[in-house]
Amino acid sequence: MLKKELGLLVLILVIGFITAAINPQFASQVNLMNLANQIGLFGLISIGVGLVIITGGVELSVGSMFALLGVIFLDLLVNHELGWPLSLLITLAGGSALGAIHGLLVTRLKMQPFVVTLCGLLLYRGIARWYTADSTQGFGYGEGYETLEWLMSGRTYNIPHTFIFLIIVAAIMAVVLHRSVYGRYLFAVGKSEEAARFSGIPTNAVITMAYVIAGTLAGISSVFFVFYTQSVSPSAHGNFYELYAIAAAVLGGCSLRGGEGSILGIVLGTVLLQVLQNLVNILGIPSSLNFAVMGAVILLGVLTDQQLQRRRQHRLATASADARELAKEGTAGAAV
Amino acid sequence: MSHTLLELRSITKTYPGVKALRGVDLTVGKGEVVGLIGENGAGKSTLMKILGGVVKPSSGTIVIDGVPKPALSIKDAAHAGIAFVHQELHLFENLDVAANIYIGREPRKGGILNLIDNAALHHRVKPLLSRLGVDFKPDDPVERLSIAQRQMVEIAKALSMDARVIIMDEPTSSLTLTETDKLLKVIADLKAAGVSIIYISHRLNEVRHCADRVVVLRDGRQVGELPKAQITSAAMVRLMIGRDLKSLYIPPKAGIRPGGLEVQGLVTSAFPKREVSLSVSRGEILGLAGLIGAGRTSMAQAIFGVDPALRGRILLDGEPISIKVPADAIARGIYLAPEDRKKSGLLLDMTVAENISLPDLSRFAKAMLVDTAREATVAKEQCRSLAIKTPTIDTDAVTLSGGNQQKIVLAKWISMRPQFIIFDEPTRGIDVGAKGEIYALMRALADAGVAILMISSDMEEVIGVSDRIAVMHEGQISGLLERSRFSEHNVLMLAVGNLAKEEAVVHA
Repeated sequence: MLKKELGLLVLILVIGFITAAINPQFASQVNLMNLANQIGLFGLISIGVGLVIITGGVELSVGSMFALLGVIFLDLLVNHELGWPLSLLITLAGGSALGAIHGLLVTRLKMQPFVVTLCGLLLYRGIARWYTADSTQGFGYGEGYETLEWLMSGRTYNIPHTFIFLIIVAAIMAVVLHRSVYGRYLFAVGKSEEAARFSGIPTNAVITMAYVIAGTLAGISSVFFVFYTQSVSPSAHGNFYELYAIAAAVLGGCSLRGGEGSILGIVLGTVLLQVLQNLVNILGIPSSLNFAVMGAVILLGVLTDQQLQRRRQHRLATASADARELAKEGTAGAAV
Repeated sequence: MSHTLLELRSITKTYPGVKALRGVDLTVGKGEVVGLIGENGAGKSTLMKILGGVVKPSSGTIVIDGVPKPALSIKDAAHAGIAFVHQELHLFENLDVAANIYIGREPRKGGILNLIDNAALHHRVKPLLSRLGVDFKPDDPVERLSIAQRQMVEIAKALSMDARVIIMDEPTSSLTLTETDKLLKVIADLKAAGVSIIYISHRLNEVRHCADRVVVLRDGRQVGELPKAQITSAAMVRLMIGRDLKSLYIPPKAGIRPGGLEVQGLVTSAFPKREVSLSVSRGEILGLAGLIGAGRTSMAQAIFGVDPALRGRILLDGEPISIKVPADAIARGIYLAPEDRKKSGLLLDMTVAENISLPDLSRFAKAMLVDTAREATVAKEQCRSLAIKTPTIDTDAVTLSGGNQQKIVLAKWISMRPQFIIFDEPTRGIDVGAKGEIYALMRALADAGVAILMISSDMEEVIGVSDRIAVMHEGQISGLLERSRFSEHNVLMLAVGNLAKEEAVVHA
């Protein structure tokens, strides 16, 4: 299990060193802290989407959620002057509520996660654009939320708060996923919902919870992104971000069939993606090639992983034959 | 038999570290039915793979029509007319019967357009189906066929390839009794038409019925061959396990105690117009027989809350309880060891320890976190007390044998103070030795005061293991039998819906 993460880490380091060798600017503190900020921003939502992927589902609507929740947050804060704690809380609750709706549609009404969240992607984007008449929303001259701004986009010891927050959330989620009862249930449901149900696991609740966590993290991320971009243009804000999240999760070892993945892997997947983006800038590769680089690396990464898996499975099969032989000899021995 | 069609001479197959076959001889004559039996892992599958050309033997000779060869390729096997009817059927559910029979060999027309000539296809399939006397048509979609009918499609497919030897691997494991009878008749017809059959089965009764000769494998060796006259269950079992099988029945030590589980007027979604009433006492094993589709599994799943009952009452020790989801049943100590072990009973990709702790995980948790040390201790304990053979408790369940997998399913529940356990087909696909262990376990549980309901389609098992037998027919209990009235005949009559009256038996 840890091998996969180690491989990813080595890959990141190798790419990092090569990039730094070509252009030392890569390893400069300014660039690294920028990178950390990006990783923090995208890592949160990758974790949320990763959990959903572990259930065997998928969450496609996060980019549109950023637009809708971002617009709502700014509206509450700037136009309605609700004060930042309440605005923040409502935005988070909005994310959770959207996640809960997805979860209920998937579990209670047995709709396919792809369809549910695809419709979410279209719906939320459309509502955000309609609500704002497609005009860019910004902070204007509003004030009274300096604390929040510091929390969301400030730095401590020059480390971006987004990154610190990601590390905290990742640590908590790692314990939840790999040590807690809920985490075990999540893997069980992802591997075989039927067997999990026959073991008395409340599978619907477990799955819905994953969507709620993803929605809540999307809510928090929305606020981070608003402070990062300083404005929300409803038609473009967060476009394709759901794909970054899915890509990070898949790179990090989540199987789209469900039942597999780790928080460390997802975080490393995010790191790799952001390093690639950064490298395109730093090395002066035409930024139009950005997606192509990402696509190629993901393709190669997953391909390599699959080859390694196949070898492992082959070893497992031989081991299993041995085990059966052992078991059989055991019975034969008992019979004598 | 007239002449030898196929002969295997001292076939050996070695895998790294494993000797799967050690000098096995097997001959098949034209129109002969050879029963091939042996416990799981005895080497039957390897031998059949060699015949199919999938696996090459390490040494030995294969003689077909007098021509010796060191190994067969898949093409050779097909050319020699060797065909398989597998335990797990390989059919395309989304296509119709005719398309399945000629898949990959469709008659074509239209030149470059390469269209399927449906008229010719149906023209070819019709006589095959009528030869087998089936009750479906070439254009019926396979998804609407029963398992027995699908098997006939496989047999028709074999015949369409001019098969001379059909290898049937556990063909009846999912068939009802009448369907089994029908299959045995088809086998007799095929035999009369000169087709040879290698019949692999754990169900010795059937082997006794249809085989002209029985070959027994054990540990990759051929340990015996029985001619028609000597084929008896006892002889076969002795050769298979190298010892005599004691009677299956283990009488209760403790006797029946008050209390237990009772269902009254239970209505399941499978039979919304029928009511089931049944009671199982503590200390007893109640066998539940019936044809497949009689509603036994639906009832079990209703009691366990997987597919909750529409109406009716469930009482535990006389107290009515409400079961809406499996967790409700589990909270009361009501457990189910499901029919489809691999799909519903276990998480194959999870470890032995994780599987055992799963239904009771909160007991293994401190502050919502899983206490893996305690989990490991309990798993080790269960592995020891149930004699689960696994390299370690961190081994994935998928790598273990059927018997050991079933024991893991039981280990889950046994550590949780069971009150009532439903075993749905507890020994399907499990070899004879492990079967005995499962029966002993069931009896030990009953003696400890657990009420046990055992759903089984294996006649030997129902009659051999139960203290009482209830028989289900089309969603209702059609009768109850006490041990004194146990007989294959009585169970069958009830299973086909003749109510438990003496005249029905006499009438038959």
